[in-house]
Amino acid sequence: MSATATPAPAKTEERIEHKGLLEVRGLCTYFKLSQGWVHAVEDVSFTIEKGESLGLAGESGCGKTTAALSILKLLPENGRIVSGDILFDGRNLTKRTEYGMSKIRWKEISMIFQGAMNALNPVQETGKQVAEPIMLHEGLSEAKALDRARELFELVGINPKRVMDYPHQLSGGMRQRAMIAMSLACNPKLVIGDEPTTALDVMVQAQILDLIARLRRELDLSFILISHDLSVMAETCDKGVIMYAGRVVESGTTEHLFRDARHPYTRQLIRAFPNIHERREMVSSIKGDPPNLLEPPPGCRFAPRCDERIAGCDEVDPAAVEVTPGHFVSCHLFKEAT
Amino acid sequence: MAGDEQLTAPAPSADRQVPVSGGPLDRRAPTEPGSTYTGGRVSTEDLATADVTDGVLFKIRDLEVYFPIHQSFVKSLVAPEKKYVKAVDHVSFDVRQGEILALVGESGCGKTTTGRAMLRLEDATGGHIYYKELPVERFSQKTLREYRKKAQIIFQDPYNSINPKQTIFDIVAEPLEVNGLVATEREKEERVVRAINEAGLRPAEEYLYRYPHELSGGQRQRVCIAGATVLDPDVIVADEPVASLDVSIRNDILKLMVEQKEKLGVTYVFITHDLSLAWVISDRIAVMYLGRIVEIGDTEEVVSNPKHPYTKALISVIPVPDPLAKHEHVILSGETPNPVDLPSGCRFHPRCPEAIDACSEIEPTDVHIGGTHYAACIRLT
Repeated sequence: MSATATPAPAKTEERIEHKGLLEVRGLCTYFKLSQGWVHAVEDVSFTIEKGESLGLAGESGCGKTTAALSILKLLPENGRIVSGDILFDGRNLTKRTEYGMSKIRWKEISMIFQGAMNALNPVQETGKQVAEPIMLHEGLSEAKALDRARELFELVGINPKRVMDYPHQLSGGMRQRAMIAMSLACNPKLVIGDEPTTALDVMVQAQILDLIARLRRELDLSFILISHDLSVMAETCDKGVIMYAGRVVESGTTEHLFRDARHPYTRQLIRAFPNIHERREMVSSIKGDPPNLLEPPPGCRFAPRCDERIAGCDEVDPAAVEVTPGHFVSCHLFKEAT
Repeated sequence: MAGDEQLTAPAPSADRQVPVSGGPLDRRAPTEPGSTYTGGRVSTEDLATADVTDGVLFKIRDLEVYFPIHQSFVKSLVAPEKKYVKAVDHVSFDVRQGEILALVGESGCGKTTTGRAMLRLEDATGGHIYYKELPVERFSQKTLREYRKKAQIIFQDPYNSINPKQTIFDIVAEPLEVNGLVATEREKEERVVRAINEAGLRPAEEYLYRYPHELSGGQRQRVCIAGATVLDPDVIVADEPVASLDVSIRNDILKLMVEQKEKLGVTYVFITHDLSLAWVISDRIAVMYLGRIVEIGDTEEVVSNPKHPYTKALISVIPVPDPLAKHEHVILSGETPNPVDLPSGCRFHPRCPEAIDACSEIEPTDVHIGGTHYAACIRLT
């Protein structure tokens, strides 16, 4: 423990009333560059209930990973949470010190990183890496923690005998399973998966998604899936948040988003993914490029690329409108909720 | 896992000296039966006068690409058996002129090796590849140079496959210069501008003197495509050309491929792990598993009426953008086995949900389903 770290409050913290297990309210996260501040995440809000799965989706650079890293306060040096609140299980994480966060990370919120080969330490036995957070958070001996790692390996479908294998001895799919075992090490309440299947073959992807769904049911986990692939989100999540250029453009249940998408961006993005069980047609693409987030355009950030632009889109930022219960759209076309 | 490593290891450089009659691994008879070509080495004249017959540009027959595994000296004394990674094992198919043929499969199925062997960037250890009825393995060095003007390749990663120190103009002009195809500067410029325009970077003049770092991933991939089409090739092997691109840009590149097929008559061999993308743009699909083609046929037919259990499983697990879609996932257990010690009989039988006892004994042959649709499964006979 570093000298500057403040000890955790001895008295029981005051519980804050908020919605769900995790509520993100008006989160703004910026990155400092020599040219100025990049508005990577601007005014993002969402809620996740216990046992629910939420998808955060959008193209690269839309801020989905930054939003997730903000929850764990794992931002790089130049990143700052500028405003907003992250309320988790009665506590405000934005107000927590680094020491306070270290009690939350892995113990209560854990993460599955993209590209397991880079996220695992290549020179340490995989099982020991799984055991490390158990020893740290629960004070078990290495032998006991390794026993627990074996149980976790069994749970995620790896032969427990391979607990002392190095990452390079495992296949890509098994490494991703080991990453999942690691995320479950301390029985967290919430797991964040950052593109957990992106580099995998489709059959292995299906195995991993199936495993995550089974674990969610068995352990009653809340799960946040970060993905650029709307199809994966449609198949695994209860709710979804579509982001564009740092902002939430639409959110709701996956049924709302895929069967009743309102925002022009969401509709175009969905059409970009082929549906092999439907009629064959050319997938569409979205004209133009996302805006530069150093100087985000005034008004709606999608306006310069939008076909359905109306007067005011270029000037006024659209507020979220609840079009049907639980289905929010930030677009001037839907000013008046009916 | 040694086998997997072998497959994913970078292939030897393409421009090394290649013996015309194949390397020490070559098990082909000097005069192959059934070939329409009867001469010795294929000269540049042969290539210049060759023509497409029955609309078939490439005939691949029993193609075999094995990579030897190097054993330690001690091991070679104890067990002097030579082992191979059988990356491509008896693969036969045709590529028709002006079509997009998709080679689809998971990593390690041999799709990339097949594509590379077609351009002789990899030496076949058995079987034949006929380009306009001429056997590619018998091309002399000079013929090979001519051939490579006609057969181009695009790679997966547009960040690493173009020189960052060259301007876009130089990158696209280089193939013309290397092959001495242009007499005047003016002609060179015209052809470069045309290729860049055709690749969808319009107006081309705006891009000519930029450097790759000024372009986005999608624009870089367009530069790679311009570099390939500037030679007016007959065929382009596109090896996962969109795997590293964002969805929207990915779809632009797919559209471009279809456009070039239709307008320029370019034949594409589209290598991809993503069956849904193959379904969107290809005319025919060949599904590969562990070095073999398990099913081939017209795209719509293969996808709507898959016959091989592997194809069925693969299609069933493709995620679709519809949360209410009710289709059963056939999730295969385990992973693709090591291509060194292949399973007996049908190599898919250990993972096959429909396997019967005979599957481990009998090697399946192609079963004609109808039209151009074939599947290799003994249960279909």
